[in-house]
Amino acid sequence: MAYTLNINGKALSADVDGDTPLLWTLRDTLGILGPKYGCGVAACGACTVHVDGQPMRSCQIPTESVGSAKITTIENMSAHPVGKKVQAAWMELDVAQCGYCQPGQIMSATALLAKTPKPTDAQIDEAMAGNICRCATYTRIRAAIKLASGQKVA
Amino acid sequence: MTIHDVQANRRQILASVSAAGLTLSFAVAPKADAQTAGAGALNAYVRVAPDGIVTITAKNPEIGQGIKTMLPMLIAEELDVDWKNVRIEQADNNPKAYGRQFAGGSMATPMHWEELRRVGAVARAMMIQAAAQAWNCAPGDCATTPGNVVNTKSGKTRSYGSLALACATITPPDPKSLTLKDPKAYRIIGKAMPQYDVGKIVTGQPLFGIDVQRPGMLYATFAKAPVFGAKVAGADLDAAKSVKGVRKAFVVEGAADGMAPAGAIGQGLLPGVAVVADTWWAARKGRDRLNVSWAEHPTSAQSSKGFAEQAKALSAGKGQRTARNDGDVDAALKGAAATVEAAYSYPFLSHANLEPQNCTAEFKDGKLEIWAPTQNPEPGRQLCARTLGIPAENITVHMVRCGGGFGRRLANDYMVEAAWIARETGAPVKLLWTREDDMAHDHYRPAGFHFFRGGVDAAGNLTALHDHFVTFGNGTVAASSAGMGGAEFPAQFVPNLRYEVSMMPLGVPTGPLRAPGSNALSFAFQSFIDELAHAAKADPLAFQIKLLGDKPVVGTAPASYGAARMVGVLKAVGEMSGWANRGKLPKGEGMGVACYFSHLGYFAEVAHVAVSPAGDVKVKKVWVAADVGRQIINPAGAMNQVQGSVLDGLSGALHQQITIASGRVEQSNFTDYPLLRINEAPPVEVKWVVTDFPPTGLGEPALPPAIPALTNAIFAATGKRVRSLPVTPDMLKA
Repeated sequence: MAYTLNINGKALSADVDGDTPLLWTLRDTLGILGPKYGCGVAACGACTVHVDGQPMRSCQIPTESVGSAKITTIENMSAHPVGKKVQAAWMELDVAQCGYCQPGQIMSATALLAKTPKPTDAQIDEAMAGNICRCATYTRIRAAIKLASGQKVA
Repeated sequence: MTIHDVQANRRQILASVSAAGLTLSFAVAPKADAQTAGAGALNAYVRVAPDGIVTITAKNPEIGQGIKTMLPMLIAEELDVDWKNVRIEQADNNPKAYGRQFAGGSMATPMHWEELRRVGAVARAMMIQAAAQAWNCAPGDCATTPGNVVNTKSGKTRSYGSLALACATITPPDPKSLTLKDPKAYRIIGKAMPQYDVGKIVTGQPLFGIDVQRPGMLYATFAKAPVFGAKVAGADLDAAKSVKGVRKAFVVEGAADGMAPAGAIGQGLLPGVAVVADTWWAARKGRDRLNVSWAEHPTSAQSSKGFAEQAKALSAGKGQRTARNDGDVDAALKGAAATVEAAYSYPFLSHANLEPQNCTAEFKDGKLEIWAPTQNPEPGRQLCARTLGIPAENITVHMVRCGGGFGRRLANDYMVEAAWIARETGAPVKLLWTREDDMAHDHYRPAGFHFFRGGVDAAGNLTALHDHFVTFGNGTVAASSAGMGGAEFPAQFVPNLRYEVSMMPLGVPTGPLRAPGSNALSFAFQSFIDELAHAAKADPLAFQIKLLGDKPVVGTAPASYGAARMVGVLKAVGEMSGWANRGKLPKGEGMGVACYFSHLGYFAEVAHVAVSPAGDVKVKKVWVAADVGRQIINPAGAMNQVQGSVLDGLSGALHQQITIASGRVEQSNFTDYPLLRINEAPPVEVKWVVTDFPPTGLGEPALPPAIPALTNAIFAATGKRVRSLPVTPDMLKA
C-alpha cells in the first residue's frame, strides 16, 4: 500500500509492502541511496538514519511503523547545523578509506554531538560502537568528532 | 636493493595471484590513445580544457586505498599544474589504453611511480613544444610554472589551456628521454591530499556498486548451495513468483568451471536459483519461499575439526615435499643449548567487505554492459565472455568504487552471476548478495597448521629451525594463498633449516586476503621466533636484530631480503615505543615485538596490551616503524592505510574465524563474525623510516607484523603463549 513518509522535510509517497524495511523503501523505491546495506540485522550501522533526531538502524524499521516520524538521512546533513560541522571535520581529516560506512558514521556522530556537544572518549565509544568501519578508520573518526566539537584533537 | 631486485620481488609477490591471470608486464608503456579521449587530450591520461582545468584519468580500481587520488598526483606533479585545477575521472576497464588495471599486491606504487610521472612529463614537454612553436623559440628557452609555460628570455607566458589544442599536432617525446623533477621541487608529491571523492562520501552521494541505477532496472538475489558447488535438486519457483513484485525465478545450472581449478582464485558461475523483482526486498522475500533442495556433494564430508585432526596425523610423518633443507636440522637440534617444540594454527577468514558483493548488468543486442565494484576487471570480462559464450569485445566493464576490497574483489563471481541473470531476464539487473550470502560464499584466507622445532646455542644464536607446514591443496599445487615459499623468513638466516609441506584436499574455495600468505605466516613464524628468544633468555627485539645479522642484503633475487632495512625499522620501533622500559609496566601488561617483510615493505611493530584476570585483552597502543623507500607519495592516504592495516590485523586476531562443518560455513553475519569496533581500537603511532629505495605500496605490509606483535605482547603480559587464533579469553584467564 502507499505510505506517506516525512523524509528530509518532504512528504514522499512510497507504494510498498508494510513490512519492507525503511532502508529498502529509501533505496529502491525513493532513490535515496546514502543509507547503506551492510548486514540487515542492525549489527553494522551503515544504514543509520535519524528518526525524530534519534539515530536508528533503518534496516530494522518496517515502513508501516514509521507513521509521521521525521526521517532524516545523510542527504540532508548539510542542512543540519551539527551535521554540517561533522561533515566538514570528516573532510578536513580525510577520514574515509572506502567510505561505505561513513554516511552511517556521520549520522551517529551528528546525533551524539546534538545531544552531547563535548563528548569524552568514553561517550564517543558508547555512541559509535554500533558503527563498523571495515577499513578501521577509527582513529580519524574519533579525531573528527573531537574536531567537530571544538575539542583538542589528540 | 637494486631495481633488478625490486622487479624480481614483484615476481615473487605476485606468484600467489598469478594463477588468476594477474600476469604483469614490468614496463607497461603509457599508450597514447588521445583520439578516444576527446578534444584537448594529450594522451589517454591527460586532458586540458581552455580554462586550464586539467582532467586526469585514474586507471586503477578504487577500493579505499586512495589510488584514485594518488596515481593522478604523480602525473600532476610532472605536468606541473596546481592540484586545485585537477579533476579526476575514473577509467573504465581498458587494457589497450592503460595496461593491467587491478588493485592487488600493493603493486600500484611500484608499478606506476616511474611510469605515471613520465606520463606527466610527456604532457609537460608537449606544452613546452607548443609554446616554443608559437613563440618561434627553442624549447630550451622555456620553463613552466604551475599551469603555464614561461619563456625564460622574454618573460612571456602562455597558459596550458591556451596551448592544449596546439598539442594535438605535436608528436609526444620518448618518455625515457625526459628528465624528471628533483624531488626537492615537488609541490604535490609528499603533500597530504584528501581523497578526491571525500565531499561525495560525506554527503552520501551514490558512488558505490550498490548505488548504480539504470532505466528499467530490476533487482536480483541468487541463492547458492551452502556446500560449495552443489547443484540444485529442486526449488519451488512458483512460490517465489507468487510474491508481489517478483518478475522471474529460475534455476541456473552453473558453469563447468564454476569452482576454480587448484591454485586459482575465485569461483565462476555456480549453480543456484535467481529471483528477479521490482525491488530487492521483494526479490529477497521471493527467495525465502524457494525452499531449495540441494544435491549431495562430496565436500559435505569436510570440516574444520576434521582438518585439525588430519593435520596432526600428517605432522607425525614426513612432509609430502621438502621446500627447503639447509644444513642438518636434526643434528643441530641435538646439539642445541635449548630447544622448543610448538604447534601453531590459524583459521579460515572471510573478507567481510562492508558493501556486500553486487553488480549491475545489462544485455542488449548481443552486447553486455557491466557496472562492477571489482578489483580486477579484465579477468571478470574474460570470465563473462567464456561463461556466456560471447566475444570479450562485446563486453564493457565500468569500474565502480568498491565498498572495500581486501582481495575479495580480485574474483568476479558476482559479475558473471549478474551478467547471466541479466541476459536471462532481458532487462538491466542489479544483483545484490545478502550479508549471509557474502559470508557463506567467499574465497577464504586458508587455515593452516605449523609444527615447529627450533634450537638456540649457548651464545643465543638461532641455530636450527624445522617447520612441517600442513596446508591445503591437491598434493602438487597448493590452494590459492595456501602455499609457502622456501625463502620464507628466517630461511637464509639460520644455518640448519628445513621446511616440509603436506597438503590436505579442500572443497572450500580459498584466495588472497590482504597480505595473502603473510597475514598467517607472520603469526606462526614471528611468534615462534619470540618463543626461541625467550628460550635463549634474550630480549626479543635484540634477538631479532641479532638474527638478521650484519649483511645489508641476504640472498639473491627473487629471494633477496634487505636485512639492514629490517634492522633499521626494528631499532626505530624500539625507540618509539620505549621498549627498553617495558619492565616497568604494571602486572598484567606487556609489550611484544614483531617484524615482517612483505609487498616490498619492511615493517616492525610493537604492541602494548593489558590482559584482565578474566582473560580479556585490551590493546593500549601499537607503534609502527615502516620502510617503504624514499618517498611517501600521499602522507594522508599512507597513514590511513597503515593504521587501518594494523587494526585489521588485530580485528582478525582477536575476533574472527570461519569454521566449516559438513562442508558449510558456520558463520553468517557480524553477530558471529565480529569486526573490531571503535571502543577496541588503540592508537597506532607510525614512523616512516626513509631509505634510498624506490617507493613501494602500503595497502598490505603493515598488517602481518601486527598479529604476532599482539600475541607476543600477550605472552609478555601473562606468560601464556597464543598458538592458535583467534585469541579467546579462555586461553588467557588466570
